[in-house]
Amino acid sequence: MRAADAFTPLAQDQAAAISSRPSLSYWQDAWRRLQQNKRAIFSLYLIIGLLAFTFIGPMIWTVDPSSQDVDQISIAPGADRSAILVKDYEPWYGELSEDFVANDNAVGLTFAVAPSTQSVRLSWQAQGERAAGGYRIYRNLFPITAGRSLGLPLAETQNLYFEDRLDLRPIDYYYSVVALDERGEDSDLVATLSTTVTRVITRREAERRGLLDAAEQVAYGHEFQLKLHPLGTDYLGRDMLSRLMHGARVSLFIGLFAPILYILFGVLYGSVAGFVGGLTDQLMMRFADFVVALPFLLFMILFKVIFGIGPGESGIMPMLVAMVVLLWPAAARLVRGQVLQIREEGYIGASRLLGAKTPYLLLRHMIPNTMGVILVTVTFAVPSAIFTEAFLSFIGMGVAPPTPSWGSMCNEGIKTMLTHPHELIFPALFISVTVLAFNLLGDGLRDALDARMRNRE
Amino acid sequence: MWRYMLKRLALSVVTIWFIATATFFGMHAVPGDPLTSDKATSAKIRANLEAKYGLDKPLTTQYLVFLRNLSQGDLGISFTQENRRVNDIIREHFPVSATLGILAVVFAGLGGVLWGALTALYRNRLPDTIIMFLVILGISVPSFVIAAIGQLSLVNLNNLAGTSILPVGGWGTVQHMILPAMVLGLSTMAYLTRLMRSSMLEIVNSDYIRTANAKGLPSTQIFSRHQLPNAVLPVVTVLGPAIASITTGGFVVEIVFAIPGLGRYFVQAVQQLDYTVIMGTTVFFGAFLVFMVIVVDLFYGWIDPRVRLD
Repeated sequence: MRAADAFTPLAQDQAAAISSRPSLSYWQDAWRRLQQNKRAIFSLYLIIGLLAFTFIGPMIWTVDPSSQDVDQISIAPGADRSAILVKDYEPWYGELSEDFVANDNAVGLTFAVAPSTQSVRLSWQAQGERAAGGYRIYRNLFPITAGRSLGLPLAETQNLYFEDRLDLRPIDYYYSVVALDERGEDSDLVATLSTTVTRVITRREAERRGLLDAAEQVAYGHEFQLKLHPLGTDYLGRDMLSRLMHGARVSLFIGLFAPILYILFGVLYGSVAGFVGGLTDQLMMRFADFVVALPFLLFMILFKVIFGIGPGESGIMPMLVAMVVLLWPAAARLVRGQVLQIREEGYIGASRLLGAKTPYLLLRHMIPNTMGVILVTVTFAVPSAIFTEAFLSFIGMGVAPPTPSWGSMCNEGIKTMLTHPHELIFPALFISVTVLAFNLLGDGLRDALDARMRNRE
Repeated sequence: MWRYMLKRLALSVVTIWFIATATFFGMHAVPGDPLTSDKATSAKIRANLEAKYGLDKPLTTQYLVFLRNLSQGDLGISFTQENRRVNDIIREHFPVSATLGILAVVFAGLGGVLWGALTALYRNRLPDTIIMFLVILGISVPSFVIAAIGQLSLVNLNNLAGTSILPVGGWGTVQHMILPAMVLGLSTMAYLTRLMRSSMLEIVNSDYIRTANAKGLPSTQIFSRHQLPNAVLPVVTVLGPAIASITTGGFVVEIVFAIPGLGRYFVQAVQQLDYTVIMGTTVFFGAFLVFMVIVVDLFYGWIDPRVRLD
């Protein structure tokens, strides 16, 4: 039989064999597989939600992240925000008025108090002789038990009254009055009183905060609701929700752009090294090894200084550049390995036979075929970039205040962790949830894109 | 083998030289110097100080002097801590960081292998789900938050017990080391657990396990003789990078727990531009990491005879 007869041409109107289901491209197939992974889809929604929180959130919650609410400092979410209207402050010389609450459990000292955030007025009586050396007043935030200190010494006085106006918050305070002996040392005569301070506001302050019109007539004792802070405030009285939203911009910007940029560079570098091979490859990869060994922190600071953070700048760009310059080698090494593998494949040889030049081969075959691995690497690089930003801001080398970032918020929150845990918990939670979402998405993408890595779990 | 070792050593010397050079010129590019302080110094005093520390010479001369001293193992005298030699700073404070790091790596390695093996054995059952959930948590929470939470719960625990079960900060006894080492090793442990789990699962379906089963080996022996040693291999490969990340991540823990390790001196020196301490600690850390990677590679060649070093 002659070769020409081996194949019969298909007639024009005859249909080709129909495959049982539509053919899917690599990406369609990957997307189908990803959709079956519930955790990955959930994390995808979580990431979309975070992006909405970051970009749409500030449009809805328009509080300035750097404005301070001095009436509500370190307020936990859901805390009472009522304030009672009182008269302007007037000096006080120890006279007892009817708003004093007496306390008679004290030994040798009778103690009375009139607490408000304007001032806490203490008055006591000596039963018997007055103390030789006067009295010392202490204030504590915690109940005073045996063996514990009385707290912060506020003052010493010869009088039988004392007025505390030092940084008062609407919380419980434990005041102690100690009689002093001739040499001015604490005697055993101690009286302790616990008092709950109520938040008050003067008319002038209320007007300034926009709670009251100048013309409006309101009686003293009227209760106001101060500004709402859904997630509380930080140690400077700044709104946590607004700071978290604006901090998300920094964290997500660094977290998304740094990996994309340095992996892009790594992909170019690695594919060139892997494709060219030989001495060039050796030298290029050796250089990458050197860069890996550079001390990250020092060079981070170096970039920061070279860029120069002027007043009002946030210090995001130096951080981005430093991360790109220092972190690309890992991606380069990965892509080089992939390219070395693909280079030996049959279709590369075929393409070369058909006259393809190196740039074409790289762009048409090499990079698209490593795309799956690259995408997975990017997803896993996002959490580490967010961590790096948080870590740098945590040690004070990241963004410059007052720009908020989740890392710098954690850094501030950790100092008041014992008394106001919400200042640490919220930013830490946001970092953790974001990192978690990207990790789960990365797992899902790896399973969906990379057939060899699949079904390991 | 010896040729390989020589090649690796020569390369590591070049790597350290590169690190030293880049750090040296990078450091001097930062405006200001360690002699700049709040105290007003007259021009004359400043000139004297500069002459004393050799800062008046051109940068290239300083660089050559530095290289000559480095080759003799002399890292110079600190600028900000008067008359303290950098060698002494490293000698005193590196053992602290190293002890912490080794403890953390041991904790992470043992924990990772153990939990990973457990999850693989109980695949898709309750222990697996619980451990993998904890692992994802361990990977997702930043180390400084873990450190803070660890410290906070320790404070509460001590308060509850009425006595100090473990100290909250500081350094000195074994009790001081337990919590910081655990905090430091936790994320690495989580990572190793995942790795161990997937390599265990891969091995479960391999031919030699089936053979071992077929010839009637008890499952405990299959586990300890065949599965575990083979599954540990990938864990060993990432130990090198893990040691690197633990030593560099160490100073967060050092700061939170008030541990007098080298990391703290490095951060302090960077902030004060203490040239000699920066150079000393950087070169030392760089050399340490390069050395650790070589050790891990050799170790890998020893436990896995299929890997040929060349």
